[in-house]
Amino acid sequence: MSGIPHDHYEPKTSFERWLDQRLPIVRLIYDTIMIPTPKNLNWMWIWGIVLVFCLALQIVTGIVLAMHYTPHIDLAFASVEHIMRDVNAGHMLRYLHANGASLFFFAVYVHIFRGLYYGSYKSPREVTWIIGMLIYLAMMATAFMGYVLPWGQMSFWGATVITGLFGAIPWVGEALQTWLLGGPAVDNPTLNRFFSLHYLLPFVIAALVALHIWAFHTTGNSNPAGVEVRRGSKEEAERDTLPFWPYFVIKDLFALAVVLVVFFAIVGFMPNYLGHPDNYTEANPLVTPAHIVPEWYFLPFYAILRAFTADVWVVQLASWITGGIVNAKFFGVLAMFGSIIVMLLVPWLDTSRVRSGRYRPMFKWWFALLVLDFIVLMWAGAMPAEPPYSTIALIGAAYWFAYFLVVLPLLGVIEKPLPQPSTIEEDFIAHYGGANDTPAE
Amino acid sequence: MSHAEDYDSDRRDFLYYATAGVGTVLTGAAVWPLIDQMNPSADVKALSSIRVPIDGVEAGTQITVKWRGKPVFIRRRDQEDIERARKTKIEDLVDPLARNANLPPDAPATDENRTLDEKGEWLVEMGVCTHLGCVPLGNKAGDFGGWFCPCHGSHYDSAGRIRKGPAPQNLPIPVATFVDENTIKLG
Repeated sequence: MSGIPHDHYEPKTSFERWLDQRLPIVRLIYDTIMIPTPKNLNWMWIWGIVLVFCLALQIVTGIVLAMHYTPHIDLAFASVEHIMRDVNAGHMLRYLHANGASLFFFAVYVHIFRGLYYGSYKSPREVTWIIGMLIYLAMMATAFMGYVLPWGQMSFWGATVITGLFGAIPWVGEALQTWLLGGPAVDNPTLNRFFSLHYLLPFVIAALVALHIWAFHTTGNSNPAGVEVRRGSKEEAERDTLPFWPYFVIKDLFALAVVLVVFFAIVGFMPNYLGHPDNYTEANPLVTPAHIVPEWYFLPFYAILRAFTADVWVVQLASWITGGIVNAKFFGVLAMFGSIIVMLLVPWLDTSRVRSGRYRPMFKWWFALLVLDFIVLMWAGAMPAEPPYSTIALIGAAYWFAYFLVVLPLLGVIEKPLPQPSTIEEDFIAHYGGANDTPAE
Repeated sequence: MSHAEDYDSDRRDFLYYATAGVGTVLTGAAVWPLIDQMNPSADVKALSSIRVPIDGVEAGTQITVKWRGKPVFIRRRDQEDIERARKTKIEDLVDPLARNANLPPDAPATDENRTLDEKGEWLVEMGVCTHLGCVPLGNKAGDFGGWFCPCHGSHYDSAGRIRKGPAPQNLPIPVATFVDENTIKLG
């Protein structure tokens, strides 16, 4: 598949030849797992495998949970308690599924920030990046709808607030919100369709993951040095790469094992640490919990949503220009979706030709500030919407946009990059030493 | 010769556009029910109006009923509530509009325009904070003797008008009428 020269599949037995002429599936699998992979990949390149594991975990535990769950407002909450108390190993399966979502998002955030630091999104990997962002959007939709299913107080009121975002869209908002909910408020039709879509979307994600892998197998992996694998000859390429199997599979599985130790410690000993006690109270449309908070992985974007209140001058300006069509509520919605759209556009916003942040002395600091900003926004999103938190969230939201729309375009022009290694082999030797540890095969 | 070819390609173009056009219409017709099924179903729409018995509601108390999936507050106001609300000047209000579905949209937010009867005893309003949709606490709660939203601290007065806090509008008043003196019809 990849443009990097390497050994291809040779059918050995007569059966393999017979099958290969009819359906070259073994060839496809062989070429996929034997792909030449840059040998200087560091530990930040293990999150892809963790994410594949998460998707598999969520699909497998989700399918079995659906065997015991009832998507009806009168029965949903009780059926979840039935899973927790009566179903064999039900509590374990549910805790794996609930915390699996958290691991999924933790891994995807590290994976995204790795891409942002090492410039993985840059040419020729823009399509891989965009598919990745679509996967992230589908993950958010899936997680949001999944959180509604237990029909607790946070489920209900989270669904009310989030679907209310669509109601803020001028002219069509109200009709769109009614269409999404299947009625004037969150009710049984909403729960039913969310269950159906929550079951569907993971398979859409699986298809997108296949495209994501196909895309970066076509361009070859990015790597920490940001220089491309030499493609002049097979010998040259082999000095820069190792086959994915067994070298990177073993490395990734080791990393996955370490991650799973932490994951199972959380699932086993503190399974509700990341949840909200309010969600163990059945949904009640007549009583609102005192403090509505989304799950931790939505908090940075929730903070951006709430940051733009009516007293912010940008909001007042937007409202004045559009004659009141863009009010504070709609501006917040636009800002939240905009904060993800700027990420989607980053391949064209970053003007620097140097891929890896390692060789960009000024970029490094701005990037570190972005990571800090993300964490601050996450914290601000969990706090009540009042000073000083609202001011902190506003500053955080402003920097998020400034990083993508101002800092990245300008840095490419004013920054003087450090010298980069000329080949991956050179970078590998500089980091891990030994010119002779290329495998004998 | 060339004439025949032109004729041929014209005919092909026509067939191409006709097929594409019919195909688009048919695809649309096939997709529409798949989209429309998500709109409110007949039984959901059938619940759009309810009758609420109010004979058990004493002055100075309120009941909360669920109507179209949302809480509606029906308060029988006491003399203190009424006096406090009628004393308030329009200039002191955050939102000067009545937000009463039974009145024109530009009706001012006087206490008379907020209540269901002329005496001002009955106040019917949606129990949904106009900020982010929480349910406010009632029975003379908050700084203005009306409702107080615990989520982000919005204060409503005894006529359900926003006085302080982040909420932008008065609590909306739904379509409501007296069927007889002991029953209110919502919707």
